[in-house]
Amino acid sequence: MKFNFQGAGIVRGFVETARNFLGSYYDPERLTTVEYPERKLALPENVRTVPFLVYDHDMSGLRCTACKICEQECPAACIKIIKDTVKKSDYLGKSQFQPQVFDIDIAVCMSCGICAEVCPFDSIKMDQVYELATQDRFAPLILHKEQLGKSNAYFHAIHPTDAVETDSLRDEAKRKAETKAAADAAAKAAAAVKPKPEISTTANSQSVGTSATANVEKAVAT
Amino acid sequence: MSTLRKEISNGSFCGGIDVDSPLRHFSGATRTTNTNGFAHDLLEISMGPHHPSTHGVFRMDVIVDGEEIVQLKPVFGYLHRNHEKLAEKNSYLGIIPYTDRLDYICSMTNNWAYVLAVEKLSGFQATERAEYIRVIVSELTRLFNHACLVGFLLQDMGALGTPLMYAFREREKILDLFESLTGSRMMCNYMRFGGVRCDLPEGWLDEAKKVVSDYPGFIDQFEALITGNEILLARSQGVGVLSRELAISAGVTGPMLRASGVNYDIRKTDKYGIYSRFNFRVPLGDHGDVFDRYMIRVLEMRESLKILEQALNQIPAGPIIDPKAKNRGLRPKAGEVYSRIESPKGELGFHIISDGSASPYRLHIRPPSLINLTILEDMCLGQTIADAVIILGSVDIVLGEVDR
Amino acid sequence: MHTLEEIKNLVEQNVPGAVVQIVPNANPALAGSLLLDSKSATDVAEYLRDVAELKFDLCSNVTGIDWPSKEVKTKIKKLVDGVEKEVEEITKTPAFLEVVYHLYSTVLVHGPLALRMRTIDRAENNRVPSLTLVWRSCELQEREVYDLFGVVFEGHPDLRRLLMWDEFKHHPMRKDYVPPVDEGDAVEVSA
Repeated sequence: MKFNFQGAGIVRGFVETARNFLGSYYDPERLTTVEYPERKLALPENVRTVPFLVYDHDMSGLRCTACKICEQECPAACIKIIKDTVKKSDYLGKSQFQPQVFDIDIAVCMSCGICAEVCPFDSIKMDQVYELATQDRFAPLILHKEQLGKSNAYFHAIHPTDAVETDSLRDEAKRKAETKAAADAAAKAAAAVKPKPEISTTANSQSVGTSATANVEKAVAT
Repeated sequence: MSTLRKEISNGSFCGGIDVDSPLRHFSGATRTTNTNGFAHDLLEISMGPHHPSTHGVFRMDVIVDGEEIVQLKPVFGYLHRNHEKLAEKNSYLGIIPYTDRLDYICSMTNNWAYVLAVEKLSGFQATERAEYIRVIVSELTRLFNHACLVGFLLQDMGALGTPLMYAFREREKILDLFESLTGSRMMCNYMRFGGVRCDLPEGWLDEAKKVVSDYPGFIDQFEALITGNEILLARSQGVGVLSRELAISAGVTGPMLRASGVNYDIRKTDKYGIYSRFNFRVPLGDHGDVFDRYMIRVLEMRESLKILEQALNQIPAGPIIDPKAKNRGLRPKAGEVYSRIESPKGELGFHIISDGSASPYRLHIRPPSLINLTILEDMCLGQTIADAVIILGSVDIVLGEVDR
Repeated sequence: MHTLEEIKNLVEQNVPGAVVQIVPNANPALAGSLLLDSKSATDVAEYLRDVAELKFDLCSNVTGIDWPSKEVKTKIKKLVDGVEKEVEEITKTPAFLEVVYHLYSTVLVHGPLALRMRTIDRAENNRVPSLTLVWRSCELQEREVYDLFGVVFEGHPDLRRLLMWDEFKHHPMRKDYVPPVDEGDAVEVSA
């Protein structure tokens, strides 16, 4: 459209606005907003808000080992961890510390995700809840261990790619640990057998080999 | 001389008018005489810190003679958090999310400026793919920063709502891209020493290509809406003129410097990252007024689109981060570095001194928004209050960066 | 771009009374800087800005650095009662405030050249000459350094605090600054 008179620029602007306004009646592309509390947009997988703690099965399977790396690395220093005196056994069967207190002050948390990035135990991950307003500024904004703990199934629901990858790594580590445990057990058994002089060395090594593989197979089956 | 005038020049926050200040000799600006026959009664107006035209918590202490500004002193510090002191207590990795919050519109370029400085300090090199990703996200940032700026500028001129909402609609499309890539719309916390934090999700490049190919349509629409508008021309041409010499002396950088006709774009002069591989031009203005600053932004958006098209088509596969580059627990060798990039607002620099420990001995941020405000008074003298509003709007400031 | 030595020689030949020293970077891979003497600093700055070979017309960045006195332990060999022994000696490094300027040239497109100036100490003798009248861009940045570090710039036309309020007593970027206890900190994180 070409206009060549004083005020033409203004008219052209109005034409543009009118086109956009009228266009919104037939072209849904031109409607750019949704009516928020009634309709919510689906969140992309990567979205992060505040951290949460992953557990397997139930709260006793909390992956956190109270290593305090996230507490150290948190740029806003909003994580507080107190180690429990009682240890628990983790998914690999190793004895690990566990947190007695694990608090995150989400009033201070700036959702950077560095805690999730540095966690070596795949325990702390970023949540996607966003309606976090409360009426009190202090106590309700400090999330305790019980509120932070969420199941692995929830983790799968919000970050499927990351969760599947994490699970496969953990399964791998578990398999390796079991293989090693079985091999260790077999070596021990062999060491116990060794002093008997009447068994020849070849027979001995053979028997160790078979028993070790049998153990591994058993471990994998369970 | 009236009594009111005496009172104001003796008391008040800024100690009265100092026409003989050596600062004024830079621009040769002096107070012009008001010849409308009224007595020269002066009025001091405190604009801000809660004024919609100041783009945040910024205050201008203005003395007017009638409609004419005879003195304007900017007052800073309402959003001062002392990021530099915080950095001295944080790890090198932990500073990255803080840089997001400097210029909170352009977190990607802030990340890049900081990460680049630390990479220089510790001798890391970002991987090929990461370099492309950095260029892509930074140019996307430039696109929506400039779109927002022209929207805000027009809002300041009285075009309430429409241009700004058009700009925000486009910005939202880019923010959606950032959200699916980094998990956050504005506080991206995306770059890491030696690369970037996570790879592009599946289908991201296609979505980005779609946004980039639709964007010229938006610029055309926006220009049809407003560029030829007679009111815009009348309000912005010849207003807030900044001469080439004063712009350079005052350390003005970015689109504002180029609007005054100085061909100085750090993407071209420093060739940081991989900018030397892309074919783009640097638009220049020649009047240095508000209209030139507006047009420079529109033209720069078109040039950014050129870079984006090339980068999106050339991006190679490969690792996104150098495995040798340490992020957590980084302790660079003792040394000092100053490194800068062309952020959408101007030269964003980081001056870091390492003493070999886990946090910097000293980290200084060179904020383009603050330094571009140095000559705010010179541009506003002799203009009206309404002009001061659009002159400030054309500088493009974000108070998170001005006050740090 | 000239090397630091070349710039130093140029300055010393052309600016009468100029005292310039090269400060190497602790990391040899990175560029060093020029230390200016308080008396001749303005002349040197003007020379660097105007001379056709250098043309540093853009003073991009101004920073302050606080260097409080540090105890450095050095082991030296000494004769104690006629026997050579290794003795640990504690020396104190001098305390001073430092201002760093980073210069670029828009005409010749080179830089950065870092200039430094040092105060005599961190208490009364905290003065350096202002370069605001050479490069206007120093105006707000020198005010910031004055505010956060307490360096007094002689000749600055408008030296007031920039970020902190006027009644504020301290200089928060100094290493020995103790921040006030925030009332919010008293709230225990664990309820």
